[in-house]
Amino acid sequence: MTQSTSHQEPAIGLARLAQLFSMLWQFIGLGRVNWGRLMVIAVPYFWLALFFFIPFVVVFKISLAESAIAVPPYSSLLDWDLEEAYLNIKINLGNYLFLWEDSFYLDAYLSSIKIAVISTLLTLVVGFPIAWLIARSEGTTRTVLLALVILPFWTSFLLRVYAWMALLKKSGPINDILMAVGLIDQPIQMLQTDFAVYIGIVYTYLPFMILPLYTALEKLDMTLVEAAADLGYRPVQSFFAVIVPLALPGIVAGCLLVFIPVVGEYVIPALLGGSDTLMIGRVLWDEFSINRDWPMASAVATVMLVLLVLPIMLVRNRADDQEGKA
Amino acid sequence: MTIAELSPEQQKDTNKAAAKNPLTAPAPDLWRDPNAKPFVVFDNVTKKFDDFTAVDNISLNIYRRELFCLLGGSGSGKSTLLRMLAGFEQPTSGRILIDGVDMAGIKPWNRPVNMMFQSYALFPHLSVEKNIAFGLKREGLADGDIKKRVANMLDMVQLGHLGKRKPHQLSGGQRQRVALARSLVKNPKLLLLDEPLGALDKKLREETQFELMNIQEETGVTFVVVTHDQEEAMTLATRIGVMNTGNIVQVGEPHDIYEYPNSAFVARFIGSVNLINGRIIEDEVDSVRVKSQDMDAPLYLNHGISCAPGQEVNVAIRPEKIMLSRELPEQTDNRCEGTIEDIAYMGSMSIFRIRLDSGKEIRVTQPNIARDMGARFTWNDRVHMYWDVDSAVVLTS
Repeated sequence: MTQSTSHQEPAIGLARLAQLFSMLWQFIGLGRVNWGRLMVIAVPYFWLALFFFIPFVVVFKISLAESAIAVPPYSSLLDWDLEEAYLNIKINLGNYLFLWEDSFYLDAYLSSIKIAVISTLLTLVVGFPIAWLIARSEGTTRTVLLALVILPFWTSFLLRVYAWMALLKKSGPINDILMAVGLIDQPIQMLQTDFAVYIGIVYTYLPFMILPLYTALEKLDMTLVEAAADLGYRPVQSFFAVIVPLALPGIVAGCLLVFIPVVGEYVIPALLGGSDTLMIGRVLWDEFSINRDWPMASAVATVMLVLLVLPIMLVRNRADDQEGKA
Repeated sequence: MTIAELSPEQQKDTNKAAAKNPLTAPAPDLWRDPNAKPFVVFDNVTKKFDDFTAVDNISLNIYRRELFCLLGGSGSGKSTLLRMLAGFEQPTSGRILIDGVDMAGIKPWNRPVNMMFQSYALFPHLSVEKNIAFGLKREGLADGDIKKRVANMLDMVQLGHLGKRKPHQLSGGQRQRVALARSLVKNPKLLLLDEPLGALDKKLREETQFELMNIQEETGVTFVVVTHDQEEAMTLATRIGVMNTGNIVQVGEPHDIYEYPNSAFVARFIGSVNLINGRIIEDEVDSVRVKSQDMDAPLYLNHGISCAPGQEVNVAIRPEKIMLSRELPEQTDNRCEGTIEDIAYMGSMSIFRIRLDSGKEIRVTQPNIARDMGARFTWNDRVHMYWDVDSAVVLTS
């Protein structure tokens, strides 16, 4: 008794921090927190602060400025008037207002989220059987299958997307084969459609779905599935009653690992999508390089980040609740 | 009273300390009735995994309300037999009938059978209540009925207060009860138990095995238990099937298996035994005389199996059936002399390892009836051993 009280009392804040820490840790799929490793993880934290947090503050700052024909092309927020001893702080919320007023941006966000949701589900549907197969195979087979999942990373992501362009184009092999077989008379337009975008995204992000799923499924005790069968559950029923709940941490991790980068995806829609494939990453790029409106581009980026952080927070809170119950 | 004066009957009683609970009614001894209809039938069942034969042409009948134990070492095929009853494995050849229905092609989820897994296989994401209710949900019962049946089950296994807990918050013994409750709640015709007490410590195991027997008698469900623990099988079972390398070597009530093993394997597997090798020198209608090189006096014993003079046999005698004495016993058969090499004091009894002049080691156990029993014999003492005509059995295989 005395042990536990002396353990809890002094630093609830520290315990909370440690808990958040362990959550993040488990979320990345590294298992339970080892406090010895904490020292090691301090390094990436420093890295994140330097290359994520500080740049984000800079971007946020720019989003509150006004576009200007200058170098850099935006107004400064702070204006020192040394003679009068004035500090003028000029914050421009106009960019955010414009984001809200011009439905183009809202459409782009919604379309990005739609594409991200659909492709996350597609990746899940394609990735689950693959992860299951790997988790259920043994020895060398498992090693080989895992290596095959990781193998595409050995070539550049851009090259692989270009390869898809070659495959999907009108005179590409897919159209050739379909015509040779006689399924179609004319080549179908696949490139520059949402279809091509989904193919590209699912293909690219599949490993990020498979690996966490595999980790979760590998730990799954198959006698539980037998127990469900014994208690009257057909395979499909026991899939939803036993396998899915137990693989849930892997499913959630995989979905987030796919969903988050896909929302901001720029290269795939730019190369494989058509002009009507509206995604926020592309809007951001256009705003930045074509319109040269850095503050507007920064506002778009800031809102996107908030939209991405929200689902993580929700998932984290859910995990928090479960931890509390257990 | 000295040890020597103890009748074999009394010694047997002391040894079989774990007798059946006299309060509950015994199961009907259907297997003794030649006209009884068997409830589970294995009809020439063989199961092969690639070129390994796990179950080799087994035929076996199990009767309603039995608590049948499949006893054997690892790799004996006992678990495969159980898994074929559950439907997780299909026999390579042969038929399995449960309650008259051929189980060929019937999937696990359609069988009137439930199983309690060795690892318990409790669903870690569900509470105790939900684990037990899991199987009922498939039956389309009303929520109220499910609740009532779960509550009844929880009461039966005395876990009424732990319904909301998750499996990892329970002790091993509690988990075992949850697993039992979950497998019984659907009122199966047949309950399969894979090493039900294997994961429990010794004291808990003893308590639980009586509980298991009571529950079996209360519910009237036919139990098939797989175990490698002969003591567990002896206490639990109405009948035991001893398995070895895919075959059933002997089927019988615990008493028969212990007192009349049909082979050296069974004799050794169930309890400990002294096997004395010898040749038959005299074969009469209901008795036989065996001469062994290990001892001067011939072995004379009652027997009911056919054998021929000159045939080489093993005579099996249980350690507790041998009596010790310093004086030469009056009987001229069934006696030998040796030196005490080792004594293990076990509290309720002592185990003596006695070396015959031939070099053969004989194991003798003696109940410690009086406090100073242990002092009667000591290391390096010369002692005479002797036993009754009814004590030993002849084994031809």
